Amino acid sequence: MGAYFSEIFLGLYSLAVGLSITFKEFFKPVVTVPYPFKTLKMCDRYRGHIELIENENGEPKCVACMMCQRGCPSGCISITTKTETYEVEVKGEMKTKKKKILTGYDLNFTTCSLCGQCIENCKFGAIEFSKEYNLASTRKEDFHFNLLNRLKERNS
Amino acid sequence: MDLTILNAVVAVVIAIAFAAANAAYLVLAERRGAGRIQRRPGPNVNLFGILQPPLDGIKLMTKQLVIPGGADKALFLVAPILAMAPAITSFVTIPFSDTIVAHSMNIGVLMIFAFASLGSFAILLAGWGSRNKYSVMASVRAVSQHIAYEIPMLITVTTIVMMTGTMNLKELALSQSGGILHWHIIPSLSSPLMPVSFLIFFICSLAETNRAPFDLAEAESELVAGFHTEYGSMGFGLFFMGEYAHIVIGASLITILFLGGWGCPLGLYPGVWWFLLKVYLLIFSFIWIRWTFPRTTVYGLLNLSWKILIPISLFNLLLTAGLLKVF
Repeated sequence: MGAYFSEIFLGLYSLAVGLSITFKEFFKPVVTVPYPFKTLKMCDRYRGHIELIENENGEPKCVACMMCQRGCPSGCISITTKTETYEVEVKGEMKTKKKKILTGYDLNFTTCSLCGQCIENCKFGAIEFSKEYNLASTRKEDFHFNLLNRLKERNS
Repeated sequence: MDLTILNAVVAVVIAIAFAAANAAYLVLAERRGAGRIQRRPGPNVNLFGILQPPLDGIKLMTKQLVIPGGADKALFLVAPILAMAPAITSFVTIPFSDTIVAHSMNIGVLMIFAFASLGSFAILLAGWGSRNKYSVMASVRAVSQHIAYEIPMLITVTTIVMMTGTMNLKELALSQSGGILHWHIIPSLSSPLMPVSFLIFFICSLAETNRAPFDLAEAESELVAGFHTEYGSMGFGLFFMGEYAHIVIGASLITILFLGGWGCPLGLYPGVWWFLLKVYLLIFSFIWIRWTFPRTTVYGLLNLSWKILIPISLFNLLLTAGLLKVF
């Protein structure tokens, strides 16, 4: 008989505890955001697709060493370059030197596995993960990013 | 004579409008409440989601009502109407204040319980008529649940009727006028266990309206969607509205039987506003309970009624009867 009543009172007490918790939560501010209208700032370690970093002149830091393309296990980076010759004065005499210039940096994001090998391989700190996550499309061409153009668009 | 017919028509129209508006907007209130308890805003587009119920209604009405092959067509179509109509009819006898009552009858309490038990018929017919094993199982559960919980509910009501000597809801409320100390929830000399009775009645009205944690008739984790698995379109909508209309009636009944109807706790300015305030506070607690507790098991549900609620309410009935004889 005593167990019967103690069970009832214990049960009622546990119910009251549960109710008090939800009652407190009811008056706390909401933790979600109405997504398409408001967005949260992405955390630092978020891995979006890669993006070129610019130097102080607004040009890509990339020196077209191709290490990212070579290191990519999915083969989704394709870099095009051209060689430019220029004259420079060394110890009083003019010399012609060659320099590789980046002309195109294409990322095929459909095969990218976001492993980050390209960023690991880059010795010049010229690429980084972007915080872009609003990527949805019905055409796969939309995921072929021309990173050089994206850099220009960011600057303009 | 004409005037009384007109009065009755106006009263019925107001009752239907009140029931339908409540049913529609309680869905919104429920979803907003659920959202707040889970720390999210709930439907909040266009001014707190004020257009959500009408848009839901349009969506439900434009959908096709599919009658499954092999279903009992007549029962299948009657069931949703049977869920909604008695709930609206019960509003006719509920007094919102001492002047606002459509039809004050001497057997008001009895009438409301008679119509409330029709609600279990709606679930039974829906389950049987839709030729779906999950629906039938849900109906079986619902009927056993309704039988189990109507007994303590009616015993509790009998206790109160015994104390006041009337079954008229208006007189029941008037017998508690004059402040919080006259309310039936407060233990009096003749019935010291009244708060327990209130708790029993509250639990039973949760179970009678098929609300969580007693919503075994639509346990979606076990029975797809329970008795309304096969219902789409406005058939489903009517079941939904019927559930919320039953909630309003349950809250009104608790208010009238235990919380002094339209009386103020301090005896000041009695009126319909006090009635509505109490009703909506009770409805809030219904929503609050739904989003706090998980669903019980069938055995837990039936044990609660047969082993705890019925013995205690019977004891309270006997105690009150004895004490009424003494004092």
